[in-house]
Amino acid sequence: MVENRPFLTFLSHAILIIGVAVIAFPIYVALVTSSHHAADVLNTVQPWFGDQMIANFTSVLQSGRRSVGAVPVERMMINSTIMALGIMAGKIVISILSAFAVVYFRFPFRMVFFWVIFMTLMLPVEVRILPTYKVVSDLGLLDSFGGLTLPLIASATATFLFRQFFLTVPDELTEAARMDGAGPIRFFFTILLPLSRTNIAALAVILFIYGWNQYLWPLLITTQNDMTTVVMGMQKMIHVDDAVPQWNLTMATALLAMAPPIAVVIIMQRQFVKGLVESEK
Amino acid sequence: MEKKTTFSNRWLPYVLVAPQITITLIFFIWPAGQALYQSFFVEDPFGLSTQFVWFDNFKDVLGDPLYFDSIVITAVFSLATTFLALGVSLLLAVMANRVVRGAGVYKVMLLWPYAVAPAIAGVLWMFMFSPANGIVAEALTAMGYDWNYLLNGNQAMALVVIAAAWKQVSYNFLFFLAGLQMIPKALIEASAIDGAGPARRFWTIVFPLLSPTAFFLMVVNIVYAFFDTFGIIHIITLGGPAGATNTLVYKVYNDGFIGLDLGGSAAQSVILMLIVAALTVVQFRFLERKVQY
Repeated sequence: MVENRPFLTFLSHAILIIGVAVIAFPIYVALVTSSHHAADVLNTVQPWFGDQMIANFTSVLQSGRRSVGAVPVERMMINSTIMALGIMAGKIVISILSAFAVVYFRFPFRMVFFWVIFMTLMLPVEVRILPTYKVVSDLGLLDSFGGLTLPLIASATATFLFRQFFLTVPDELTEAARMDGAGPIRFFFTILLPLSRTNIAALAVILFIYGWNQYLWPLLITTQNDMTTVVMGMQKMIHVDDAVPQWNLTMATALLAMAPPIAVVIIMQRQFVKGLVESEK
Repeated sequence: MEKKTTFSNRWLPYVLVAPQITITLIFFIWPAGQALYQSFFVEDPFGLSTQFVWFDNFKDVLGDPLYFDSIVITAVFSLATTFLALGVSLLLAVMANRVVRGAGVYKVMLLWPYAVAPAIAGVLWMFMFSPANGIVAEALTAMGYDWNYLLNGNQAMALVVIAAAWKQVSYNFLFFLAGLQMIPKALIEASAIDGAGPARRFWTIVFPLLSPTAFFLMVVNIVYAFFDTFGIIHIITLGGPAGATNTLVYKVYNDGFIGLDLGGSAAQSVILMLIVAALTVVQFRFLERKVQY
């Protein structure tokens, strides 16, 4: 900074530390709650950790809340992983292919395709839930991984991102490849795909989080318990009729549900930031 | 911008766009068309007969005082969420931009809530504010404040706003910090030499230069509050108490899936699509040229 004022630096740190503490406070509360017996957190506030943490986490992971008909969280985590990876891979593959077509070929109806893809931006699943539900059920995709992933796979932003990037790839590369006798498919795999590596990684981080965190869609199209994803499974733990709310187990599940995406953000910090900034362009 | 060098192939480009176009047609365009179609019909609850009713569904929806309430609720909710999330993240970004040591650590510590699902954010905040055993609720009660979001609509609204804003702070922080780091140091130094203090420098130089970023974030946050907060509301309040947090998106779900009013829900969907279309146009047309990061 311009001038050296120790007090202002001190103030900046103080505000940042308060900010970080407020942001992190819910996690602290969840951790503390997940370390007690259910009865100890039912009507009282526990300020500090108990000794039941390992027991509670083991219990939700392995057996879940069988008493209210839920499946083990382990199973839900596997479902969430399959769904998140499916959406991530699916979006990247179909987006990169269509961006390649739109940028590197001139063909009739090119712009029509482009606008059809663009329209998906304006149709978030939240506004077309009923008819989309009907389509999925007519196709017999309820309670299947196809039903969980396919309707969320189309992505205008990912397509635009790849298109934007392809446009910055120098024409000379394409010319050289053509002169060497490479066709479009060979060019795509030997030149374009390796060049796109960092973009793909950045996008993958964002899309994994997007897929993992889906709530409304899995809530609608899965009815069988063993297709539950962990994020939507929270709802079953909270709105239980005729049962004592087990906040310690609920918080343990919430922590498990947010651990994978948070781990991805922290480990892939650089790609995450890049993906976020670029996908909004 | 177009490529000069392209490949020529009669069928390959169609094969390449086919997967995305197929998915888009089946899961986006077709359902959207269905919503549009259904919004002009009244169907009996068993789906046995339908009747074409022109704009009656829209008239019913727009004339419904509950729909008007929902519009007001959505406006209050999205504006409150946007301003809370923007205010907090701007403050933190300005501070993080000032400190030399530890900036990276603060950044990581503030980034992670982005990865938390809205529904999980709802669970966490709901528990802290739960009247029976929530730590914040207990503190509020101890201070003599009568806290019960299950009964008090304004308190329920405040709770969903806090949970929604909490999740969005990290996103805004990232963009504000990037915006701040783009501002040339020479400008700040020049005004410091002219005798402007930190507060004055912020309001006369930094803030105006940051305003395109702020405007971009405002649109993104409004879109977020509109469409991505379903999980928060569904977990914490189910739209209640007495419809106090029944936002437009929640109402589409509630009227369609719970109330089984297909025509009305479809008409609401169509209205929402128009809102998204408008917001998307603003985002693309207006912002693409103005914002640089």
